[in-house]
Amino acid sequence: MKKYLVAFVIALFPLASFAAGEGPKLDHMAVDLHNQASLQRGMQVFVNNCLGCHSAQYQRYQRAAEDLGMPINLVEENLLLGDQKVGEQMTNAMFKEDGASWFGTPPPDLTLEARLRGPDWIYTYLRSFYKDESRPWGVNNTVFPDVGMPNVLEYLQGEQVNHCTPEEALHHEVKIDPLTGKAMGGCMTIAQAGQQTTAEFDKTIYDLVNFMAYIGEPSKLDSHRIGTNVLIFLFLFFFVAYALKKEYWKDVH
Amino acid sequence: MAGYRNKGKGGFMGWVDDRFPATAMWEDHLSKYYAPKNFNFWYFFGSLAMLMLVNQIITGIWLTMSYNPSAEGAFASVEYIMRDIDYGWLLRYLHSTGASAFFCVVYLHMFRGMMYGSYRKPRELIWLFGMAIYLALMAEAFMGYLLPWGQMSYWGAAVIVSLFQAVPFVGPELAEWIRGDYLISGVTLNRFFSLHVIALPIVLLALVVLHIIALHEVGSNNPDGIEIKENKDENGVPKDGIPFHPYYTVKDIVGVVVFLFVFCIIVFFFPEGGGYLIEAPNFEPANPLKTPPHIAPVWYFTPFYAMLRAIPPIAASQFPGVVVMGGAIAILFVLPWLDRSPVKSMRYKGWMSKVALAVFAISFVILGYLGVVASTPGRTLVAQICTALYFAFFFLMPFYTKMEKTKPVPERVTG
Repeated sequence: MKKYLVAFVIALFPLASFAAGEGPKLDHMAVDLHNQASLQRGMQVFVNNCLGCHSAQYQRYQRAAEDLGMPINLVEENLLLGDQKVGEQMTNAMFKEDGASWFGTPPPDLTLEARLRGPDWIYTYLRSFYKDESRPWGVNNTVFPDVGMPNVLEYLQGEQVNHCTPEEALHHEVKIDPLTGKAMGGCMTIAQAGQQTTAEFDKTIYDLVNFMAYIGEPSKLDSHRIGTNVLIFLFLFFFVAYALKKEYWKDVH
Repeated sequence: MAGYRNKGKGGFMGWVDDRFPATAMWEDHLSKYYAPKNFNFWYFFGSLAMLMLVNQIITGIWLTMSYNPSAEGAFASVEYIMRDIDYGWLLRYLHSTGASAFFCVVYLHMFRGMMYGSYRKPRELIWLFGMAIYLALMAEAFMGYLLPWGQMSYWGAAVIVSLFQAVPFVGPELAEWIRGDYLISGVTLNRFFSLHVIALPIVLLALVVLHIIALHEVGSNNPDGIEIKENKDENGVPKDGIPFHPYYTVKDIVGVVVFLFVFCIIVFFFPEGGGYLIEAPNFEPANPLKTPPHIAPVWYFTPFYAMLRAIPPIAASQFPGVVVMGGAIAILFVLPWLDRSPVKSMRYKGWMSKVALAVFAISFVILGYLGVVASTPGRTLVAQICTALYFAFFFLMPFYTKMEKTKPVPERVTG
């Protein structure tokens, strides 16, 4: 009967090969939920730049503070907006109707954005704004064409110019300089520098997206820890269960 | 007679047994239920299906305590469970992963039955109850998938309910009756919730009881497909039988541990299953005005979904596709009467049956794959071929099982 099992497993293989989808080419970022410094910086960027228009309505400040190792009083002093309490969720005061009239569509809640689109998508999207005077906010985006959002982080990134057609930009390959490990060439260049260099800005966005990945599933820190213990237990218990079975079955011939 | 054991013996169990056949039931279903001693790997999946049923019921009860079955509150309440309820994320992932695992073990359990002829006389009713369980399970899973009220929940339900629209004459009214509205809405969510947490679990549990009572009445089949009851010792115990408890209870514990190891890897480390167990669009709340670019049902429905898409509409009606899809499930019910082979097990059937079963299983898996990816003309053609092969397995079964040369069946079970 083993050959049926083998046939079944082989037949299942094509399932593994269709993960890749269509769409713009995305730069990869490796989420690291154990890098607390990165997550803390990411929260700072998020609260200072995103939370004005977007919300993270399922995420509580206090939970983030505890998970990311931040003293509550520091969060209360520096990251709370208006008269919010630390136990509350990360909401803002913008009305949906206002958002819709200002941006064409109300800015979406971002709690689950990293699970919806994936960290790579956000990481690439936030670095893909470019100057386009035909758009209401003077910028467009290669990952999300004609997006309603302005390039909020332009003061850090600087003004980016796109040299490719939309079709080329969609599929462009970022060339990596083998010596410095930095991106070079491609479609985008910085026409007017911002407060950060490209490398610094990439790191800022990395921290931000890392934080967004965290708020998408704060339980992940717990689940990996508990899951490891559960698997160790099951592994050890297997030997007990197998020995028990062997003992009972020794008289079955 | 079952009800008359250990009566008038005194003691606690004697007192109980005078009033309720506790000892008799224990003996009939466990300690003196004789199962063939040659069960192999494939025989783990029945008890694993039972484990998953219990898992779904227990985690479901706790999820229901914090879930809010309304269009306004459902999505937020799931996130509330994920974040603010202690171990809520674990309950939710055990439940969502459990649904897929349940189907996985049920499919393997059914494949086992097909391989060893466990549906053959005298086990036709076991097979029919089992198929009814499978049907109820599909309804249960479909309704449960709407409850998180994400985009894929919403649009998956919209697509599947719209299939009823293809029924001639009464279609639109039928679909409206199912939804309780002109489109999927909070009304639909409420009724699906009610069916998911009360009606269908009751049906499922009742069917599982019937499935097991029927099984224990005739006894288990085995990989050799021979009746162990035809060979009894002087005490009336089958020579090739061993008591289910403790032999198979201790063996099933090993199976459960191995299964749980794989299951827990998914639950704790990959609960989305690469987007196939929890689909990414479901992290966005349901929006009736925004259709996701690619609507795919969860993997356990995709073989049938691929058949639906493979059948071209006739006169702009999807009804033929719906009929084929329904037929693909319905034909499984009559399997016991299609198999005309003198032997039960694949071990002693001829090469035609073996090829047929292999082609059937591979077609089913390919259809499952085609059901998750976007359709192209080439893929549609493959889906049509696989659909034809799927049905050929059943339609040709009365002929190839009769024609082929079978091997002699041994008197006693082999290893």
